[in-house]
Amino acid sequence: MALQSLDIKNRSATTTPTPQARSTVEVAKLIDVSTCIGCKACQAACMEWNDIRDEVGSCSGVYDNPTNLTENSWTVMRFSEIEEQGKLEWLIRKDGCMHCADPGCLKACPSPGAIVQYANGIVDFHEENCIGCGYCITGCPFDVPRISKKDNKAYKCTLCSDRVAVNQGPACVKACPTGALQFGSKEDMKDYAQERIADLKERGFDKAGLYDPPGVGGTHVMYVLHHADRPQLYSGLPQDPQISPLVAIWKGATKPLAALALGLVALGSLFHYVIKGPNEVSKETEAEVEKEDAA
Amino acid sequence: MIRDPKDLKRYTASERVNHWIIGMCFILLALSGLAFFHPAFFPLTSLFGGGVWARILHPYIGVVLAISFLLIFMRFHRLNVMTDRDWQWLRRIREMANGDDHNMPEQGKYNGGQKLFFWVQGICILLLFITGLMLWRAWFDLPVTLVRVAAVIHSASAAIMIAFTFIHIYAAIWVKGSVRAMWYGTVTRAWARQHHRDWYRQIVGK
Amino acid sequence: MTNHWVDIKNADLVLIMGGNAAEAHPCGFKWVIEAKKHGSAKLIVVDPRFTRSASVADFYAPIRTGTDIAFLGGIINYLLTNDKIQHEYVKAYTDFSFLVNEKYDFDNGLFSGYNPEKRNYDKSSWSYQFGADGYVKSDPTLEDPRCVYQLMKKHYSRYTPEMVEKICGTPKAQFLKVAEMMATTAAPDRAMTIMYALGWTQHSQGTQMIRTGAMLQLLLGNIGVSGGGMNALRGHSNIQGLTDLGLLSNLLPGYLTLPGEKEIDYKAYIAARASKPLRPNQMSYWQNYEKFHVSLMKAWYGDAAKAENNWCFDWLPKLDKLHDVLQVFEDMYQGRMNGYVCQGFNPLAAFPNKGKLGAALAKLKYLVIIDPLATETSEFWRNFGEYNEVDSSKIQTTVFRLPSTCFAEEDGALVNSGRWLQWHWKAAEPPGEAKADTAIIAGLFQRIKAMYKADGGAFPDPVLNLTWPYRIPDQPASEELAREYSGKALVDLTDPKDASKVIRKAGEQLDGFAQLRDDGSTASGCWIFSGSWTQAGNLMARRDNADPWGNGQTLNWAWSWPANRRILYNRASSDPSGKPYNPKRKLVWWNGSAWTGSDVPDFKPDSSPADGMGPFIMNPEGVARFFAVDKMAEGPFPEHYEPFETPIGSNPLNTNPAAVSNPAARVFKGDMEAFGKAQDFPYAATTYRLTEHFHYWTKHCAINAILQPDQFIEIGEELAGEKGIRTGDKVKVRSNRGQIRAVAVVTKRLVALNVNGKKVHHVGIPIHWGFKGVARMGFLSNTLTPFVGDANAQTPEFKSFLVNLEKL
Repeated sequence: MALQSLDIKNRSATTTPTPQARSTVEVAKLIDVSTCIGCKACQAACMEWNDIRDEVGSCSGVYDNPTNLTENSWTVMRFSEIEEQGKLEWLIRKDGCMHCADPGCLKACPSPGAIVQYANGIVDFHEENCIGCGYCITGCPFDVPRISKKDNKAYKCTLCSDRVAVNQGPACVKACPTGALQFGSKEDMKDYAQERIADLKERGFDKAGLYDPPGVGGTHVMYVLHHADRPQLYSGLPQDPQISPLVAIWKGATKPLAALALGLVALGSLFHYVIKGPNEVSKETEAEVEKEDAA
Repeated sequence: MIRDPKDLKRYTASERVNHWIIGMCFILLALSGLAFFHPAFFPLTSLFGGGVWARILHPYIGVVLAISFLLIFMRFHRLNVMTDRDWQWLRRIREMANGDDHNMPEQGKYNGGQKLFFWVQGICILLLFITGLMLWRAWFDLPVTLVRVAAVIHSASAAIMIAFTFIHIYAAIWVKGSVRAMWYGTVTRAWARQHHRDWYRQIVGK
Repeated sequence: MTNHWVDIKNADLVLIMGGNAAEAHPCGFKWVIEAKKHGSAKLIVVDPRFTRSASVADFYAPIRTGTDIAFLGGIINYLLTNDKIQHEYVKAYTDFSFLVNEKYDFDNGLFSGYNPEKRNYDKSSWSYQFGADGYVKSDPTLEDPRCVYQLMKKHYSRYTPEMVEKICGTPKAQFLKVAEMMATTAAPDRAMTIMYALGWTQHSQGTQMIRTGAMLQLLLGNIGVSGGGMNALRGHSNIQGLTDLGLLSNLLPGYLTLPGEKEIDYKAYIAARASKPLRPNQMSYWQNYEKFHVSLMKAWYGDAAKAENNWCFDWLPKLDKLHDVLQVFEDMYQGRMNGYVCQGFNPLAAFPNKGKLGAALAKLKYLVIIDPLATETSEFWRNFGEYNEVDSSKIQTTVFRLPSTCFAEEDGALVNSGRWLQWHWKAAEPPGEAKADTAIIAGLFQRIKAMYKADGGAFPDPVLNLTWPYRIPDQPASEELAREYSGKALVDLTDPKDASKVIRKAGEQLDGFAQLRDDGSTASGCWIFSGSWTQAGNLMARRDNADPWGNGQTLNWAWSWPANRRILYNRASSDPSGKPYNPKRKLVWWNGSAWTGSDVPDFKPDSSPADGMGPFIMNPEGVARFFAVDKMAEGPFPEHYEPFETPIGSNPLNTNPAAVSNPAARVFKGDMEAFGKAQDFPYAATTYRLTEHFHYWTKHCAINAILQPDQFIEIGEELAGEKGIRTGDKVKVRSNRGQIRAVAVVTKRLVALNVNGKKVHHVGIPIHWGFKGVARMGFLSNTLTPFVGDANAQTPEFKSFLVNLEKL
């Protein structure tokens, strides 16, 4: 959970700046899909470290289990079989929070401090501040947060902010047997990714590349993809994710504008009264009515 | 309580109760809704026992409001049919706002502004109700794009509704002798004659 | 493994065949990824299924299950035909030039000497020609038609790419691509590693599949070199230790063997095992057999083992035949057994034909289960509905369940696939009444010994005289056992060259098996472990990962048998003159006066290259064998035989009905009839494991159950289309022995293969479910599998059998 407050860069539903005196190196997790074997050790490690257990589910005809992210499964492997020029590829992607530089969840969240972005780039949910509205789900371009049916709090990958705070890598990275998961400074991860991309290009994957989508300001979880030109092959990884324009309207400029408009209406009414005075029944009318009565 | 036997009955007790249920719901909804809408209003959730309670209560209050409004709607929608006279009235609203209502067209039980308010509220509540259900994660889980559209519509409708309601409240305060119609149901004949002459004529038969 | 896990990173090419390392050995698989990332290695996967390993492979080729010998034989043919072999290596380090007995023959699927009634061979013709000097004759020109090279070339000339396609269903182009990639490693500075596991062992001809792989590696000069080798990936963390310690019915610790029932003469028993060199100047290390044997008997019987009583030779059981698990359950099934002690073993789940196993267990008077978990075997008598449909009232077997500890609840060493003995420390106390296996066995032993002492008995001597030197007799400590395996001096040991010099005082730990003696002056419970616990302490507990040569040879990390040697046959990494073949990945070399290098030389340290000693010092020939002489049950050269349940009904390589399937495999009465035929069971089935689970253990564990909760089977899209099955549908899978129900996973990863003019579909059956645990209830997959094993190792044929399939 919480890093100490000097390291918080952004805070949900907060209009004033957080303490900015300190700067930290940006971190990132790199998921090298080309060396991932889909063993789910990351899922197991995530359950172990965070002490979360999902239901024992069932087989729905694929290897994916649990079949989707849930409040108790903060990361899942997604398996997809595709054919590329007659050659079968089994693309296995570890899905979970991308820790966007411009996080849609944080933008949408109405509860102050329920979502924070640390200076190192980790986007974390502070469930004790969560009111359970689900706006984070609405705001997320990657469909990541989940609301628990049990407590109505939103949950997602914390990038093991608790471990990172004490200089440990995320549990999933620690558990990954093949080194497909790497963790370090974002710069180092980008450099490392370039090595992997060069290797993949040598092996015939001309379109190999890094997935660090600029639409959300880049992410602190990045992928090395063999087919970086078509991320949607990897169980629907968005091609060009960004905070939805609808969310931008909803939580963007309209927020102060509408507040301002309401304020103006209120003030306008007040000053109208002050300037024009009350609209009372005129003496004339009262007289007319009295006259009728008398008649 | 009868103040003056000559006063005119404008609203029955059941109509008044209905109105005030809506009114209370609206206030609660506006306070809690604004809290989710802009961080500046978030402290309002304290009125409800905190953010979580505000989030829990808001939609249920919304359902109560929607049902209550449906009743009001059934009671009053005929009276609120817009006519040419109403549109004329609306065109000359500037005179009205200046307090110069002598030349305004004669109005029935409701003037053009009130009717417009009625319909705007009706549309807004319909939209708020539908989109509110779509946003209600405790019960529904819809595709995210729909939810996003709903969120935009919900907040826009709410803003409009709140703005109109401000005007509604202000108008009631500004036009002296109006509020009592909703407190104890009657207005003075002079009030009726001045502001709703046509209705006045129908009631007193003159 | 000839090599070790870390060394895989040195490979230029990795072949995963007969295994699925990414799936079943994900932690070790990191070294394949290392090889790819940092060595630009290529990875080839050959498998009936496009596996998790294939998902990160550079090239994948499909193959019909059980036809690996045909595929690899085809590669051998390709290498010989296209001259893509490492000439110097095969000439100097293998039996290429040796001349074979004139009577040896191979004709229409059978080798010379076959006895169809007994289903075995008279192997007398499977031998060499000997010269007057008593040594094997050879023809260095390789032109003699009876030399191993010529015979092998002839044998595999039938394995053409077309024949490979016909048998394996692997499209010719894909087969040739694999062959070409492998052929590049014939270069002395390139190495291929082969990683295999149960996908090769669990066939009726599994041992020969592995041999074919080894032959391929020899042709390419990839044995004994860094980044090469034949690397068996062991499934249990200590299954290597199981075989090392002789936990097979015919073995003693350290791959010493029990005498057969005719071997009642001690000297003859030793002589048969202490082979003299078959070529001049060769080491033939097994000449030291008696030293290891006597040291073992001293460890067991102490002072009771004396030269006068042949070191208690008479107390050793004499085998009438193999008593492997299949044989034991056959005996049980026939009502010839009263009791069974089942330690760390869940046979009802883990062995084939569950129906037969359950019936066999029901004939026991008592069954003792020593296990940390409540296994299916321990509740074979309980009715679990359709998952275990038994009539409990008819089963009178008394079951004793003795809870034991898990690995993390005890100290001790595990032997990994790379032969490293790594010490580990207890992390948690065992729950409830659970006791360490050693404590359970020791407790039983103490009580049995007391009963023998009190009541006598038919043959009390081996029990009453067994050495039991442990501080707490009921709880031998892992440290005590480890020291005993490693061995100690029983008297002051003097230097053989200088009798005045004492090299070890009585009671001191020995430095290694070179100090073992056959005069009763040393004791070692497992000679290959000798040196793991010396006077310097517990070498298995070392954790120094220094890698001075940068090639992954961390000699001070744990301890590797034999003699802390990390790569077997490493002498072969240098040319005959002692110069490394690959200067970039040097292992051992001759420095002018001795062998030295980044590994402990697997060689006589002072034998000059000029002496011509071969690198395969355990073989009396001093070289590696392509021609296996009489060591294998079904022939000196691996030959493709169909699985006992073959989807094509014939063997395209011959027309001999006796040679369709392995002619030397043991089939019990009644089991031949229980084999299904392709007309009733048209689909080739294979069982396997999933990463999310470990055997039948982890279904008891919530996290694993969450990750893979529910039993499923896998079929290709084409078969699914024919059967109208959609992914997620429930299906029933039947073999001639039983049926299971599961969810169908319809996948592109299984393709229909054209075999011998017929379309063959595979049905993939993961094994991990049963009727105990926290995962969803499921059927034991071995309800379906056939009760037949490999002709040499008797490992059951879990990987190839026939089923039918229907949608529910």
